[in-house]
Amino acid sequence: MYEIIEGFVEAARLIVTLDPDVMAIAARSIVISLTATILATLLAIPLGAAINFGTFPGRKSLINLIQTLYSLPTVIVGLLIFLLISRVGPFGSLRLLFTPTAMVIAQTVLILPIMTGLTISALSGVDPVVRDTLYSLGATRLQFLVNIMKEARFAILATVAVGFGRAISEVGAAILVGGNIAASSFGSSTRVLTTAISLETSMGNIPESIALGIILLAIALGVNLAITTVQHR
Amino acid sequence: MIELENVSKRFDDKTVLDGVTARIGRGEIFAVIGPSGAGKSTLLRLVDLLDSPSGGTIRIDGIDIHAERERSLSIRRMMGMVFQKPAAFNTTVAENIAVGLRFRGAGESVIQKKVEDALDMVGLAGYGEQRARTLSGGEMQRVALARAMVIEPEILLMDEPTANLDPVSVEKIEELVLQINRDHGTTIVISTHDMYQGQRLAHRIGVLMNGGFAQVGSPREVFTLPANQDVARFVGTENVVEGVVVAAEFGSSVVDVGGVRVRARSSFSQGEEVCLCIRSEDIRIAPAAGARGLRGGNILPGTVASISPRGPFSRVTVDCGFPLSSVLSWKVVDDLEIRKGSPVSASFTAESVHVVRATRN
Repeated sequence: MYEIIEGFVEAARLIVTLDPDVMAIAARSIVISLTATILATLLAIPLGAAINFGTFPGRKSLINLIQTLYSLPTVIVGLLIFLLISRVGPFGSLRLLFTPTAMVIAQTVLILPIMTGLTISALSGVDPVVRDTLYSLGATRLQFLVNIMKEARFAILATVAVGFGRAISEVGAAILVGGNIAASSFGSSTRVLTTAISLETSMGNIPESIALGIILLAIALGVNLAITTVQHR
Repeated sequence: MIELENVSKRFDDKTVLDGVTARIGRGEIFAVIGPSGAGKSTLLRLVDLLDSPSGGTIRIDGIDIHAERERSLSIRRMMGMVFQKPAAFNTTVAENIAVGLRFRGAGESVIQKKVEDALDMVGLAGYGEQRARTLSGGEMQRVALARAMVIEPEILLMDEPTANLDPVSVEKIEELVLQINRDHGTTIVISTHDMYQGQRLAHRIGVLMNGGFAQVGSPREVFTLPANQDVARFVGTENVVEGVVVAAEFGSSVVDVGGVRVRARSSFSQGEEVCLCIRSEDIRIAPAAGARGLRGGNILPGTVASISPRGPFSRVTVDCGFPLSSVLSWKVVDDLEIRKGSPVSASFTAESVHVVRATRN
């Protein structure tokens, strides 16, 4: 019990003194997951729009499949990407294994289904009269899509938040394709909050783990606060 | 000019429109009236290119609008549409109105000027910076009208624009419809299930029933000379009874309605099954004893079957072998001492009987 309390005190010290190692790990987590979220957003929005407004055979089944992939296990994504980029894999020559890039790819793949699915929900949630009104006001296809996005902006923003939340909190894919390497340079190191917590805990460095955990929660809280603030404006 | 030629629309295996044909003139206010589910909205949506017809053609100024894929945007931009439930874009009132202008690439100063004029027109000057979602239903419908009009459409389509509004807002919208038509010469096609609204606004009315126009004509024609018994019932002709012509000559006929003879003006010949439409305002009720002769008219003795209130009037239904309803003021009912069971006579001229062919359903 005492050790836990001591852990919290030490964690507070690490955070307050902006411990360089802890800050670097937190910053790296944010950079990697944010990059993955941006990439996934750029893919999910057009994809979601195409599926929502498109009429093609198998559309319903595709949406079902996407929804099933919401709960895609992170280690499965990690394994899949690992197989693709490992030395013997089809993209082995790119030498991406155990790099931050690999982690970005894995996280992008991981959150793409949920972001696409939630984008579809966001777009289909727009009142059909809004759609008719836009067309009747003489919108081109592009003007129509842009304005539907505007109407669905808060729901899409929430989608982005969910995607980022899933990316930054996952550990399975990060550890498989990243490897939790603590390199000297910021860019080649693959130690992020979740993998570091996992490692530090297993090594008995409870204070570090608690500090990293608090930071992880704080980031999630911050993102949610930001979204809520925007939505209430 | 809008020409509808044999337009039909099916959704899966449900036929909503089947052979709709009409011509709507430039600068005309044309009301599409009909019961709920008759396909009024569907028809307007087909004209606005929001849906494609299953058959037939819709032409505007001679152009088949559903055949011209490349020109569909410019065709759609000739029209504005107001929906039953107005959509408020989640932004300010001014931005809601500006949307159509932005689509057309109008400059900022032009947009500002036109939006202000449009707000003025619908009586919402000063509301520009308010959030559209905070408006009442009636205010939002006026914004929707301003939004549709700011692009100066040649044709304004209105799909039951007052169906969910309070009476004051309805009046305001109706004034605007007449004003827009008068000041801009805009062709207006308005659908409504309120036949009196059709009468108040329209130059011509099309009665949409069973998938097609049962009748197209001036409000007066539709109300006094309904084309068939369904139209008669829909436009509020209270007395619609079926009978058989038993004698006919020189445009006069005698119709047997369940044993009672009724004189009417019509050119139907003997033996034809017909339907008599008599507006309740045209029927006079008198005490049985005091009935005076009515040359060539009808005096039918009967007893009062029911008296029910209807605003400041009473609706008196007399059983003369078949029920006939008349509308009397409360005072008259008192003066004549009419009560349920009173012996009275119902009289009406042969001219006030509109005869149509009976339709068997």
